[in-house]
Order: sequence, then structure tokens, then C-alpha cells
Amino acid sequence: MSIAVVLPRALYPYARGSSTLVIDDPCSTVQDALSAVGKHWPGVLDRVMTEQGVVREHVNVFVGEDSIRFANGLATPVDDGDTIMIVAAVSGG
Amino acid sequence: MSHPSPTNGDTLLFVGTMKGAFIFSSTAERKEWTKHGPYFPGESVYSLAYDERGGKKRTFAATRSFHWGSNIRRSDDFGETWSAQDRQAVRFPEGSNLSLTQVWQIVPGPRDEPEVVWAGVEPTALFQSRDGGESWSAVDGLLNHPHRPQWTPGGGGMCLHTIVPDPANKDRMVIAMSTGGCYRTDDGGATWRARNVGVRAQFLPNKYPEFGQCVHKIAYNPAREGRLFLQNHWGLYRSDDWGDNWTDIANGVPSDFGFAMQTHPHDPDTVYIVPLQSDEFRCTPEAKLRVYRTTNAGASWEPLTNGLPQADAYETVLRDAMSADSQKSAGIYFGTRSGKVYGSPNSGDNWQNIANALPPVVCVRAAVVGTSAASLA
Repeated sequence: MSIAVVLPRALYPYARGSSTLVIDDPCSTVQDALSAVGKHWPGVLDRVMTEQGVVREHVNVFVGEDSIRFANGLATPVDDGDTIMIVAAVSGG
Repeated sequence: MSHPSPTNGDTLLFVGTMKGAFIFSSTAERKEWTKHGPYFPGESVYSLAYDERGGKKRTFAATRSFHWGSNIRRSDDFGETWSAQDRQAVRFPEGSNLSLTQVWQIVPGPRDEPEVVWAGVEPTALFQSRDGGESWSAVDGLLNHPHRPQWTPGGGGMCLHTIVPDPANKDRMVIAMSTGGCYRTDDGGATWRARNVGVRAQFLPNKYPEFGQCVHKIAYNPAREGRLFLQNHWGLYRSDDWGDNWTDIANGVPSDFGFAMQTHPHDPDTVYIVPLQSDEFRCTPEAKLRVYRTTNAGASWEPLTNGLPQADAYETVLRDAMSADSQKSAGIYFGTRSGKVYGSPNSGDNWQNIANALPPVVCVRAAVVGTSAASLA
């Protein structure tokens, strides 16, 4: 199984400079995939999710072109070959 | 980008803004200032601290990315390099159902325990580090306080914004939160008692509840043990018994609403505030930027205006945006939401503009290098 996790530039430093993480661990949901990210790149996960395991308010997670906010959240299913994209929301002050 | 390279006796002014931090450096005379930064551009920096305990010269910065969360960063070379901090160091424990929003206050601990540092955070909690700020743990006595369900957020969020350790008694500490009010521990953090007798809660049906007040800042000078000054969401107070009782000292101020409050470093009877018009119009009254000073512990207050704009100045000074250095002729400093920073090298008698167009200023901390004197909250 292979899932790609595409990062925004702000998170490259926490992924040892990488722009894309490749997850080989078995995953059936976004939760599984992000847990795998946390196992290998904990600094990335800290910035995507709070310490209580909730995706941060101003972070969007997509599977393909679909936001998990409008799917099943962290329970959104993933398949081999999927791409998860992490994006900073268009918000700020 | 240049970084400060101060020698002993020089003055540093740390300024946190909504979009990064700056360090201003000057000599002991403080006639001219050099700006360094921005550090952490794009991130808000609500708390800064400078710590010389244990022979180090460490700057702490509480950073918050709008998107990616909050952290505490450290620099031992005046901002040239910062701790990498891969993980979020301040973390609420599992089962608390709380997540860190941001750090509002960083305060060095006792002089003889140079690795102890305190942090006040949002949502309301107190954290302690015992390794110089690398790792942090929540103080359970406050985290599990029975009043917690009734603490509610003020306009800035539900934050613990003021930490006043007693330098003479490690078991005693006063903290303040918005809202919730003032609490004190006398047993090293195991238990905390609300200490708000006499403090008004203008916005509640019961104006004098046990807790629930919106304290904006508490200031302390250890030279007068147990005497605290408090700027409330409406109300100016003094306590002479570590917060057991509070007395109204709003004598001759244009408004008793405000945020910032700072004690003089050498005179425990002298305190500075910047009154604001009201909670609905949080700007300086009459569009005059006036610092008010008492030199008699609140019996009377005088406006300080030399060098400050006295027309068309609709300014706001937030709770942590005022500080003092420990030079012989004490420096007093403040920053505004409009991005201006002012300083006085003579205890407030005369003011100079140090910066004019920073992002909104939320935090100011001053320090004299080589004195081991960290600027307290």
C-alpha cells in the first residue's frame, strides 16, 4: 500500500525538507494515514492536529479533490494510490 | 538581518506583535535604539521573556501560527538561532479534552532553580518546565480546579495571562485569568483559592462574586512583600495581603478601565497604567495618549504626557504591552495596537517614540543585560 501526503511549504522543515510523504503502512482511513504520518514525522502531525487528535481549525485535509470536512472527517476512507493533501485554509488576519 | 550583540549594561526591548517579534537594542543611556527582526514573521508572539539565571542569556518567545498551532521557542544568542522545537512542547494531557490555543505568559522561576520556567496558556492553565523550557507539564491543581467549568472566555480568549511567583516563598504564587479572576496557591500549586474579595465584576448580576472577575493584569514589586496592584475590566485595585483583600485605588484617573499595568522596578509605591475610555470604546480617553503614574500606591495618579501625542491619538495598550527596565534611572515602555512603541528613560517623565509602524503590539519586555534581572510580568 502506498499513499502520498502532500505538504504545504510551511511544514517541509518538520518533514526533513520533503514536500511529499509516502505512507507504506496499512491504512483504511485518513485517521490511519495521519497516525502513520505522526509515527514517522511527529512534528508534521503536531501542526495538522491538536494534541487531542482533532484537525486544526484552519487546516484543510483533502483526499484527492474532496475535503474531509464534507466527507466523513477522519473516518474518510483511503485506498492504495490515493493522495492526501494538507492545505492552510484561506483564513488569517 | 542583524541581531543584537549587547554588552553588559546595555538595554534590550523585546516586542511581540500580531505578526512577529522584534528586539530593540540600546545602551544604558537609551538615546537611540536599533531594531532587529522580525522574528517568526507571520506568527503572533503574545509573550516574551528574557532569562539570565544560571549564567545563560536566554530569550523565550511564545509563537502562534494562525494555521499550524503554538509553541515556545528559545534563543541563547539574542535571536540569531532558535530552538528547533519539532514537537509542540506545551501539551494538555490525554483525557483533559483541552488543546493548546496559545501561550500568553512566560515567567522565569526562582533564581536558585534556573531550569524552572512557568507558562500561562489558553485555555486557562498553568504549565511548568523543569528543564529550561524544553518540556512542559500542566499544574494539576489548577487544571482540575472545581471552578474550571465556570471560567468563561473574555474578548481575548479564556487565558491565564498573569503569573506572579513569590520570590521569597516557592510555595506561593498568584495567577490571573480572564475571566475567572485572581487565584493564589500557598502549597506549591496543589490547591488554588480564588482571591477576589473587593474586586468588581461589572458585567455580572452579582457584582462581587467569589470568582468570575475579568482581571486584566496584576503587577508586583517584591520590594514590598504581598502588595499587589490589579487592573480590572473596570476597576483599579491594591492588595497588601497577597490578594486576600482588594481596595479600590481609582483616585483621579479618567477611566478605571484598561489593560496594562507595570510597577516601577525600584519604588514599590510607583505604578503605571494606560486608562482606556470604556469596554465599548477601548481607546485612550479624549484621544490623548496618557500614561498615568501613582507614586503613593494609588492614593493619587498623575498623567504623564511629555513626548506623547495629545490629540487624535485613539490608542489601545494591551495587557502585556508595558514593561520596565532596571537601569538606575528606570526605563518604562509600552506598545500600542497601532504598532507604536514608546519609551521613557526617566521613569515616565519624558517619552520618545521608538517604533512607529510595527504590526499590532501585544507584548513588551525590557531587560538590562548582565544584571540577571528578568523583567517580570
